[in-house]
Amino acid sequence: MQYLLSVVHDETGLADLDEQAAIDVFNDRLQADGNWVFAGGLGAPVNATVIDNRGKEAVITDGPFLESKEYLAGFWIIEAPDLDVALELAAEGSKACNRKVEVRPFLAE
Amino acid sequence: MADVREAVTRAHREEWARVVAALTRRFGDLDIAEEAAAEAFATAVERWPADGVPPNPGGWLTTTANRKAIDRLRREEKRDGKQQEARMVLDDSPPEPPGAIDDDRLRLIFTCCHPALAMEARLALTLRMVGGLTMPEIARAFLVAESAMGQRITRAKAKIKAARIPYRVPSAEDLPARVSGVLAVLFLVFNEGYLATGPDTGPVRHELTAEAIRLTRLIRVLLPDDGEVAGLLALMLLIEARRPARVSAGGELVPLAEQDRGAWDATLIDEGHRLVRERLAAAAAGVAPGRYQILAAINAVHTSVRDVRDTDWTQVVALYDQLARVDPSPMVALNRAIAVAELDGPNVALAVVNRLENTLAGYHAYHATRAELLRRTGQDQQARAAYDRAIDLAGNTAETAYLTRRRDQLR
Repeated sequence: MQYLLSVVHDETGLADLDEQAAIDVFNDRLQADGNWVFAGGLGAPVNATVIDNRGKEAVITDGPFLESKEYLAGFWIIEAPDLDVALELAAEGSKACNRKVEVRPFLAE
Repeated sequence: MADVREAVTRAHREEWARVVAALTRRFGDLDIAEEAAAEAFATAVERWPADGVPPNPGGWLTTTANRKAIDRLRREEKRDGKQQEARMVLDDSPPEPPGAIDDDRLRLIFTCCHPALAMEARLALTLRMVGGLTMPEIARAFLVAESAMGQRITRAKAKIKAARIPYRVPSAEDLPARVSGVLAVLFLVFNEGYLATGPDTGPVRHELTAEAIRLTRLIRVLLPDDGEVAGLLALMLLIEARRPARVSAGGELVPLAEQDRGAWDATLIDEGHRLVRERLAAAAAGVAPGRYQILAAINAVHTSVRDVRDTDWTQVVALYDQLARVDPSPMVALNRAIAVAELDGPNVALAVVNRLENTLAGYHAYHATRAELLRRTGQDQQARAAYDRAIDLAGNTAETAYLTRRRDQLR
């Protein structure tokens, strides 16, 4: 079962050196324990572009889809047998990156 | 006929959780388990009057429910012609050694009270899946429409499946926190019954207090060594014991000091005291008591004297001090102040209570306590204003009636 751990942040600013070091330790552990699928940090929402190609031609808009105080700063995709394990890992991830983390299951195939 | 009905009722009370839990474990699906259990009990209602009550009702119900569940799965398979969607995560670890926690009902309780579910969903799901209350009963208990309650339970079950909330007793490391989550759910059920809210409801909903006590007893059987489980059970029993004296014939709340102590339920008090003594012995052996055990001890002090004037207020205040170290909340400080008033006088207590205004101003108990202390210190005008505020905020009909009379007694 895969879970998306979204890092929720409320101000622009990258992880500082301590946070980055803690995230590295956490990532290594995810890989060593077989929970790692993918992870990444995201650029600031001001650099986002929204594209809508449902009509005749693609409409391109500058900026994020939603203007909000809190935004997605990065994410992990993890493999975990159940929600308890996912929550436990998310708790460690939240501590490491020093931000809130949302846990959401992928649709079961 | 009456005997058969009685047997079905008893089986429902004693076996419902066991049947649902066993089926959930076997089929990995709360929906299937709930539906099949309900069908099995319906079949019992139909068949037992003619066939007689089976010698082992629990076994009969489990077997019947299993058959119903398999029938349903076959029907679905025929209809869908494809594999069933992912079932819940089952615990396939080897069984615990005998005596350890290995009851399916415990898994069921922990799943229903999982912290990833909203508190209202935990309450509803626990009462339905573990308690066996029907949807209309639960809806009535929480004063919401039946459709809304049904939706709440459906959503919770869907999340359990989609997010894979496991059907498992938590690890030893997580157990204390998760048990305390379960106890919080049961205490909320109890309190809603004990201090029922809403202008059109009776002041006490006995069906809820009784159900909370029954489920806490069950957890006590399953986790006999957990001090907080014993503490919560003792606390509920000692509060429930006073129920006959707590509301007057006129529907007015009777405060502890004015209750007819002869009307208290001596059997419940004995059982509560026995549990408290058991925990005191554990505390003497060095096990630090949690909040429910301390609250139970406070209630044991109150229920051990026949005359309110004999109450050992020094001990009550000492217990509240101990409670404040475990749970430094303003509500504890408020309740401690009520005991302080008896020990050191209303002026001292009033000074303490006034300092809680910032955090408790929206809470009726703060204003009711303050009103009482202001009255006792002769500040009638201020007392009247505090009663007014308490009456505005109180949701329990018996409490409103009591506060109104107290206010109207002021000069």
